[in-house]
Order: sequence, then C-alpha cells, then structure tokens
Amino acid sequence: MAEITLDQDPGARPLGQSAFEPIHTQQQAQGLSRPSLSYWQDAWIRLKANRRAIISLWIVVALLAFTLIGPLLWRIDPAAQDVDQVSQSPFASRDALLVAPLEPWDLRALALAPPVTDLTLAEPATTQSVRLHWAQLPGVTGYRIYRNIFPADPDRALGLPLGEYLTPDRVTFEDRLDLKTQTYYYTVIGVTPQGLDRSRLQSLEVTPVRAITRAEAQRKGLLAEGDDVPLGTTLKLKRHPLGTDYLGRDMLARLMEGARVSLFIGICAPLLFVAFGVLYGAIAGFAGGVTDQIMMRVADFVVALPFLLFMILFKIAFGIGPGESGIMPMLIALVLLSWPATARLVRGQILQIREEGYISAAQLLGARTNYLVLRHMIPNTMGVILVTLTFAVPSAIFTEAFLSFIGMGVAPPTPSWGSMSNEGIKTMLSHPHELIFPALFISVTVLAFNLLGDGLRDALDARMRSRE
Amino acid sequence: MGRYVIKRLIQGVITVWFIATATFWAMHQVPGDPLSNEKAVTPEIRANLEARYGLDQPPLTQYGIYLKNLLRGDFGISFTQQNREVNDIIREHFPVSATLGILAILFAASGGVLWGALTALYRNRLPDVIIMFLVILFISVPSFVIAALTQLLLVKTNDVLGFSILPVAGWGTFTHMIAPALVLGLGTMAYLTRLMRSSMLEVVNTDYVRTAKAKGLPAARIFTKHQLRNAVLPVITVLGPAIAAITTGGFVVELIFAIPGLGRYFVEAVQQLDYTVIMGTTVFYGAFLVFMVIVVDLVYGFIDPRVRVS
Repeated sequence: MAEITLDQDPGARPLGQSAFEPIHTQQQAQGLSRPSLSYWQDAWIRLKANRRAIISLWIVVALLAFTLIGPLLWRIDPAAQDVDQVSQSPFASRDALLVAPLEPWDLRALALAPPVTDLTLAEPATTQSVRLHWAQLPGVTGYRIYRNIFPADPDRALGLPLGEYLTPDRVTFEDRLDLKTQTYYYTVIGVTPQGLDRSRLQSLEVTPVRAITRAEAQRKGLLAEGDDVPLGTTLKLKRHPLGTDYLGRDMLARLMEGARVSLFIGICAPLLFVAFGVLYGAIAGFAGGVTDQIMMRVADFVVALPFLLFMILFKIAFGIGPGESGIMPMLIALVLLSWPATARLVRGQILQIREEGYISAAQLLGARTNYLVLRHMIPNTMGVILVTLTFAVPSAIFTEAFLSFIGMGVAPPTPSWGSMSNEGIKTMLSHPHELIFPALFISVTVLAFNLLGDGLRDALDARMRSRE
Repeated sequence: MGRYVIKRLIQGVITVWFIATATFWAMHQVPGDPLSNEKAVTPEIRANLEARYGLDQPPLTQYGIYLKNLLRGDFGISFTQQNREVNDIIREHFPVSATLGILAILFAASGGVLWGALTALYRNRLPDVIIMFLVILFISVPSFVIAALTQLLLVKTNDVLGFSILPVAGWGTFTHMIAPALVLGLGTMAYLTRLMRSSMLEVVNTDYVRTAKAKGLPAARIFTKHQLRNAVLPVITVLGPAIAAITTGGFVVELIFAIPGLGRYFVEAVQQLDYTVIMGTTVFYGAFLVFMVIVVDLVYGFIDPRVRVS
C-alpha cells in the first residue's frame, strides 16, 4: 500500500505523482489466508485434535486386525483340546517331565527297601501316579486313604475317599485319579474295631509334577520321531499366551474366533439397520403427509416393543432353542427391532434440511430432486448417520453378549465373547482368567466405540456437540 | 391433558395387543407342536393345555381363545410343571423383581442426579475427571461382568474380614438386596450421570440463572431452586427407558445372585423352552414396560408445564 511519508523522516522521498493516485481496493484484504476446507476435512481436523477419539480409532483398527489377521498368525485350532493344560492361567508353568510309560508297581522291590516310619512317597509324585507308602500301625484292622486340596484336619472332612483296606499289612497305595499339578494333602487313617482312629492319622503334602511319556510327546509334536532325549528331561508343553479354558482350548484362538461373531454382529447389524432406517426415514420425510404419518406410527410401535424380550422371542420363533447356534436370526432380529431410532432421526433431519435456504437456492438454480438428494440432503445428514452408527455398535455388542450370556445367543462350540464370559463365570473363583479376558475384550471394544462416537459427534455435528 | 392421557393409553393398549399377537404368532412358528416335544408331557397337563388353548382348533380360533384369556387376566399355564399357572408364577416372583428394581432405580436416579450435578459444578477439575472416568467405565462393562466381579470382591472381603459384611447371593433380608440392587442400578446410574452433567452445564448458562445471581441470591439457593430443578427434567424423560433397561438387566443379576425373581424365572423358562410360560411372562413384561413408559411420560407432563402444551 502506498505510504504518505512525513517531512522529518530522514530518508524521505519527495511526494511524486504516484502518491496521489487512488488506492486499489483489492488483493490481500479479500483473499483467504488458508485454503478452503470441505466439511469432511474440517471434521477430520477436529477429530485429530481429540486424543481420546484417535486412541479409540487405533483400538478399533487393532481389534479388526486381531479378528481378521490374528487367525492367520496364530494358527491354533480354537476347538482343539489340550487335555494336559486344562484351565491353565497364562502364567502357569508349562514344564513336563519325560517319563517312561506307566508300569505296574513292583511291590517286591519295596519290601527290600528300608522300612518307613511315617507316610512317605515311594517314588517321586507325577501326574501319572502318586505312590504312597506308610508304616504298619499296631492294632488296626485296615486303613482308609483320603485326598484333599486343603490341609488335613482330623475334626473336619478329610476330602475325597480314595480307598479302604481291610487288612493291616497292606501299606501301599497308588493314586492315579485325575491328577493335576496342584498341591494335594493325602491322609491315611487306621481303622480299628471301634471305628476310625482319628488320633493316629498320617498326612502328607504332595505336589505332583506334570509327566509326559515319549509316545505322547511325539504325538503332540514336542519331540521328533527319532529324538532320543533321556528320561527325566523337562519338556515345554504347547504355549497358550492367554491360557486355556475349562476344556483345555486355547483362549487366544477362541477370543479371535469369538471376535468374529461379536464384531460381525456388532458391525453388520448396525450397518444394516442404519441403512434401512435412513431409507425409511428419508422416504417418510420426503413424502410427507399421510404416508409420513403412517410410516412414523409404525416406527412408534416398533420402538414401544420391549427390545430384549422380542430378541428372545424371535430366536425361539426361528426354531433355535438353547444349545443351537443362531447368528443369522440374531442379526435379523436386531435389524428388525433397531431401525426406528435412525429412521426418526433421519426423517427429522430431512424435514429440517428441506426448509434450509441452500435447498431453495439450489431449486431456484434449477436443481433436480436427484441432485438435491445426492448433493445436499445425504451429505448433510451423513454426520448424524455416522454418529448413530458408531453408537449403535456398542449396543449391538452388548445385546449379543447379553443373549449369549443367558444362553440365547451363539451356542457352544462356536465361541463369542458373551458365551465365553458365561462359561468363565462358572469357574470365576478358581480360574478368573477365563472370565476376565472375554469381559475385557467386550469392555475395551465398547469403550473404544463409545469414545470414538463422542469424538465423531463433536467433530461432525455442531448441534449435538457435547460440552466438555 | 385429558385427551393426551387417553391418547397415550389407547396407544399403550394397541402396543400391548401387538405384543400379545406377535408373541402368539412367534410361538406358532416354533417347528412342531409344543406338546409333541420330546419332553414327556403328562396326560393331565396335555388335557389341561388342550382345554385351555384349544390346540385341536384352527390357529385363528386358538388366537381368539388366547386373546379372551388374556383379557380375563389369565396368562396361561406351565407345561413343564403340573398345575402351575403363569399367574401364580408372576404373583410369586414378580414382587421380588419389583423390589429389586425399585431399589435399583432409586439408587440409579439419586446417584445419577447427585454425581451429574457434582461433575458439572467441578467441571474439568479433579472430581469431574474421576467421576466421568468411572462413568465411561461402567457404561462400557457389561452388567454380568460387574455382577460377577462384585461377587468375587464380596467373597474375598468376607474371607479377609472373617465375617460377612454383605451376603454374596440369595434373597430374604434387606442386606441381601444391597449388592444386587447396586450392581443392577450401576449402568443406568452412569448413563443418568452423563445426562445430568450435560443438562446441568446447559442450565448454568441460562438467563434465569444469571438473573438469580444478579438479584444476589445465595449460591446454594440458586443451585437447589434454579439449577437442579431445571436440570433434572431431561433425567426424568429417560426414566421410562431406564426402567426397561433395569427390568431386563434384572434377568442377569437375578441369575448371578440367585434371586428368585421373575427375571430369573423367565430366563429359565427360555432355557427349558417352556413355551406357555415364555408367552405369559413376555406379554406381562411387555404390558408392564409399555405402561411404565406412559406413566413416566405423564408424570413428566405434570412436572414440566411446557410439555402439556404440545
């Protein structure tokens, strides 16, 4: 811009002709300093500024990767049972001792050994067998042998009765009953003609070592065919990063398989019913008049139906009782019952947008209905639709989990996070990881979609913007 | 107002009729005759059922009989338990569910209003951040997980303390009700807290609050008389859906806490495919929920004069 210089300025130029020309009013003052942003670019910038929403977005991406790519990387059959490692927590030891196949106990060798004074182990205890040996008690007619998982207390229950001898000279016992790598308390009580002699009980604490035979190890691929590792070597059993469930199935593989069901329902159902709701609402909003009235009354009725009751009813009506898997019926029922909320929302939006100035302007410029719908109506409702969609995902996941939990969702052997939680809850006290992992996955997924929905709403929809 | 009430009631009756009809036809879609199930039905029950439902009649006649029974308030008879009427089941188990539900909704509503107002007052300060974090957590964790974890916690604390502060499961005394009611109300409370917070933040900036401040009213009076009263209105509107959520949430909580309520009975009936009990309880629950929503809406009309006009 031209400058009027003052006389006292040392470097002053004399006023020329150019100083008296009118200033051109243009250029910079009018120009935009930054390139113009479209609605979506603006929304994206807003969303990026929201740290919680971006973290949630990454969590959603990670969950999708877990579901879709996970099974390609972790190639364990989710239905395969690892009977050596049932209800294993993720941190449990995977050691197994290589032992010879079980042979009958040679009691003659024991007779040559020095006599024992108390209850002892005749051989190191393994999960194959626990061999007990005790000193003969004077004045008894026989013995009873018990096994407990708590320390023996003569006044209380002694645990599982394993056997009863009717002669006083049999002083050995072999336990092979479903042994696990946990601590057992064995108790031997003498039987006298007066009954159990609780004052002279002998008790022993035993923690069996997990044992595996060579043939078994080869079958499970832990040892190669010609591998001659000496007996007594410690082998590592198959790794289960998240442990196993009550049937010895790998939790990680099952969570991946379950994610497919949970996320399939959680994402497909909202997509379908939001699409239907948009169509329905748009038609009603566009048609107006009696059509609109009737269509909205129908939507009102569907809204009034108790949602979960009808979900259950639908499932029964499809002939799927408990114990049968029904992902498709669950999807259909969800879609049939959930669309009215979206339909109402979109109808309201359409009615509002119809009255906007830019629609009239477009009409004045000769825009056709198709153009109006595609260029103005849909893009302007898109934000609201996207927000609805994001919030619909957690509620669909919740519904699936709830139904599977009460046994009306997917049924075994198909896992879903809900049904896995249901199974886990039964062994919650002893093996909490079976409940915690699926519950954690449900919670994290729902949390991520909720936070993402909040972020999207703030970014996309100025009217619904929450006050943070 | 009178016309509005009548209109809503008629709508409610139609909805209930629709629920009853949908239930009836859904049950008719079940493959095979419910009586020719592999489960043995004793001749007495079969005779009872045939008389009650006219199972040898064409479907339309059966539908007529069914509706007539419903109008008389007869929800049907169980066909897995001899001589047990659905009415008896409802009479016996519903009061338990209702007690639990009322406690839960009281807890949820009072807690939601309190915490919501508190977070709005301490906006963006530590109490707000902590409470909103918990709110997001409780909204995202399924109720069965919260129920299970609460039980686990109770078992452990009772173990550590050596005596029982709260029973882990069961029903009977008031102490039995506390834990399940808290668990049942928690999700709804989180939701209401969120709603109350945003509604409160909106009220804070209104003209009448500014006027009250300008008049020099004490802050406590502005808070109770002007802010809280107006902010609570949106919370009341969602109480209807909240009752529905708590009722169905009760299914799971009753199952986990071994409470002999109607919800648990319903889930068990579903699992045993006791069709008549499912039909009866569905219609009963449906009618109950529909009318609770209407009642809440009408109460809302009473409280907020602006609604009465429209």
